[in-house]
Amino acid sequence: MTVEARLGTVANYVDERTGGAAWMKKNLQKVFPDHWSFLLGEIALYSFVILLLSGTFLTFWFDPSQREVIYEGSYEPLEGIKMSAAYASALHISFEVRGGLLMRQIHHWAALIFMAAIVAHMMRVFFTGAFRKPREGNWIIGIGLLTLGIVEGFLGYSLPDDLLSGTGIRIAEAIIQAIPVVGSYLAYFAFGGAFPGEAFIPRIYTVHVLLLPGAFLALITVHLMLVWYQKHTQFPGPGRTEKNVVGYPLMPTYMAKAGGFFFIVFGVTAFLAAVASINPIWLYGPYTPGQISAGSQPDWYMGWLDGLVRMAPPIETHAFGHTISWNILIPGLIIPGILFTGMALYPFIESWITGDKREHHLLDRPRNAPNRTALGAMSLTFVMVTLINGGNDIIATHFDLSINQIMWGTRFGVLILPPLAFVITKRLCLSLQRADRELVLHGRETGTLLRLPHGEFVEVHEPISPEKAYFLTSHEQAPALELPEVDGRGVKRAGVLRNKLRSRMSVANAEAIPKVSANDLKEIEHH
Amino acid sequence: MSNEIEAIKDPGLPAHVHRKADTDPKAARRAERQVATMFLVSAFGTLLLIFSFFFIPDDVFVFIPIMGNQNAHQLGLGLGMAISLFFIGMGAIHWAKTLMPDTEVVAQRHEFRSPDSDRKDFVSAVKEGAAASGLGRRSLIKRSLGAALGLSALSPLILLRDLGPLPGKELEKTTWKTGTYLVTDPGNRRIKASDLEVGAVAQVLPEIADPEHRKLSDIAKDAVLLIRLRPQEFNLESDRLAMTHDGIIAFSKICSHMGCAVALYEQQTKHLLCPCHQSTFDVTRAAKVIFGPSARPLPQLDITIDDAGYLVARQPFSEPVGPSFWERNSQ
Repeated sequence: MTVEARLGTVANYVDERTGGAAWMKKNLQKVFPDHWSFLLGEIALYSFVILLLSGTFLTFWFDPSQREVIYEGSYEPLEGIKMSAAYASALHISFEVRGGLLMRQIHHWAALIFMAAIVAHMMRVFFTGAFRKPREGNWIIGIGLLTLGIVEGFLGYSLPDDLLSGTGIRIAEAIIQAIPVVGSYLAYFAFGGAFPGEAFIPRIYTVHVLLLPGAFLALITVHLMLVWYQKHTQFPGPGRTEKNVVGYPLMPTYMAKAGGFFFIVFGVTAFLAAVASINPIWLYGPYTPGQISAGSQPDWYMGWLDGLVRMAPPIETHAFGHTISWNILIPGLIIPGILFTGMALYPFIESWITGDKREHHLLDRPRNAPNRTALGAMSLTFVMVTLINGGNDIIATHFDLSINQIMWGTRFGVLILPPLAFVITKRLCLSLQRADRELVLHGRETGTLLRLPHGEFVEVHEPISPEKAYFLTSHEQAPALELPEVDGRGVKRAGVLRNKLRSRMSVANAEAIPKVSANDLKEIEHH
Repeated sequence: MSNEIEAIKDPGLPAHVHRKADTDPKAARRAERQVATMFLVSAFGTLLLIFSFFFIPDDVFVFIPIMGNQNAHQLGLGLGMAISLFFIGMGAIHWAKTLMPDTEVVAQRHEFRSPDSDRKDFVSAVKEGAAASGLGRRSLIKRSLGAALGLSALSPLILLRDLGPLPGKELEKTTWKTGTYLVTDPGNRRIKASDLEVGAVAQVLPEIADPEHRKLSDIAKDAVLLIRLRPQEFNLESDRLAMTHDGIIAFSKICSHMGCAVALYEQQTKHLLCPCHQSTFDVTRAAKVIFGPSARPLPQLDITIDDAGYLVARQPFSEPVGPSFWERNSQ
């Protein structure tokens, strides 16, 4: 029997037991649009699978206990030293279990790649407007996954209970403790008493290997089902409309590509783990609250938070016998809260500004949505400045700079640079629109100079293809909303201020270089 | 939009361009060989992994330029695994890109919004259902259900109560008492003033009966840093100066910002720096914050010597050590 015939038998077998022939045929032929940026979310998904596999391996030896033991393993520098069973078992995995160190490093690298892929995927979705109706819900699920990812990553690198991770837990404890009214109670509940106690590692272990992975699985499932059901967005171009999907069928092309890509992501992660050491916990020693290593750094996705905490001004309020630590609350809870809420609500804010309630399946080119692109650049600049400050000690020692200067630089930078990034990005987008307009009107610069009979030199321009001309002009340029302050009878509308704000934002949002129309091209031909 | 000027026309999907392997059987066979080669390379990777696991001992190091000395066992396992996985992926994708159909397929999308009649029926069904339940009319049921659901959310919270004890006044207390001896950490020996040279720093802990089983949660509050300066280098109020002994000053080592160990001492500037968030404290001015996010100086421990010349605490800390919390009642 040929392979085809055998698979046919399988298909028959499945249908006789499920009656799913029609449904499965439809889905096997489902069309997926192709673009490199659509792979970013896939990398996140595959890293998650790698995390589940490598994490399961680690659980076979890891002992999530803060019971005190004396180290007797093969790593000599720590011989005879008191440490927690968790740290000792993490050392055991690194030194005695064959392939254990590789798996630990795969797990840590996969976590870093997972978070990086989520952020890159989010940027793709944001800058191309893929979050617009009907995908707002999936955007919010994505924000949920990002938030859980940060927490899960933090708990993960806290588990080995080495000096560095213990310091991270100490900082987390201080943030909990800083919450007004209930902070010290919450901290005592979380740690089962005074910090560090012996309860925390076992507790976060359950959260790390059971609770959060379960939440991830549920959210990822819904996330993917929505992608499937709502069909993927696609970039604009000739033949692509809001009403169709142009791409390759799931079976076989997309299956082979996506399946193959899983192995590539896994292979690259394994390669990194083979050659690039990460989180060498044996160098840090066991955690004790009285010690610390210089250059204490969180993983990168926590680094921006740490940078915010570092740059916070030293403000505390002491009043009526109580203390409020603004220097912890503002950078540790309030600003991240505002950022994440703002991100989650952004699809609704944008649709309020534009008044656009239609479905969108064609993506925007970032330049054609200058306001959104500028806002994204502004947020990224904010995070970059804080991330730089999160590594200020490392930067200071590597580049021979003063840590005080970096701190003051980022303190001002975090206020000045994001608005600057907004203005520059918006201007850049409009310039690119202008360039597009030039290109459509006058064609491509060929670099060929022509001398005219009377001596003048001109550059020969070559008209661009109709496909490209369409691609550069197919986007929509909606005018600003007209929101009169008074109604037809000359009575002021309710919520004037709100209306004014919406109107101003709508005007800013509609700013654009007029795209070339068919009339413009005809006019040029007549010249 | 309605007033839109005439847009440039959609020329439609560009004509499909065939790949070499689609038209030339030779190219197709070459592609097939390439895919097969990649799968074979993957198999070699798995063999390398198996070989490394069983036959390379874990104490062999090989020198690799740029990367330095690498553990051969670890490197063999990792590279074997990387090769075996990566080339399966490469093979599959090369196969898809050269030999599987690459004609773009167009599928139709449908607006998610249902026809208006369906929507109307749906909305009225929801309304009828709600009306039939009487939720709107029977406010007694509505309110009591709301109260019951709200209250039932309390039970998981109540059940979690035993996660830990109440903090009470514990956050404000340390082991330091009047007359507690300062002992070295590590070593657990009492210290004389003469043990500490000018410019030296030492971490100390309070002496306890059973130092073998000192709790980490005690160290998290008790850790103290001793620093010896020349007495004339201090710039202290008289009450703070009285808390030092012969140039030796003692501060809580637990950062007043977020509780990290304030372990970096700059001998030249006499500054203490916390490596977590760079709060910097001036030792000569009673650990005044001169830089960084911390809002309070490090608490100073009042020390003196006993009759035999050993350093002891004259009294406990006068304020809570470590990061701030709501109940903390002092500047």
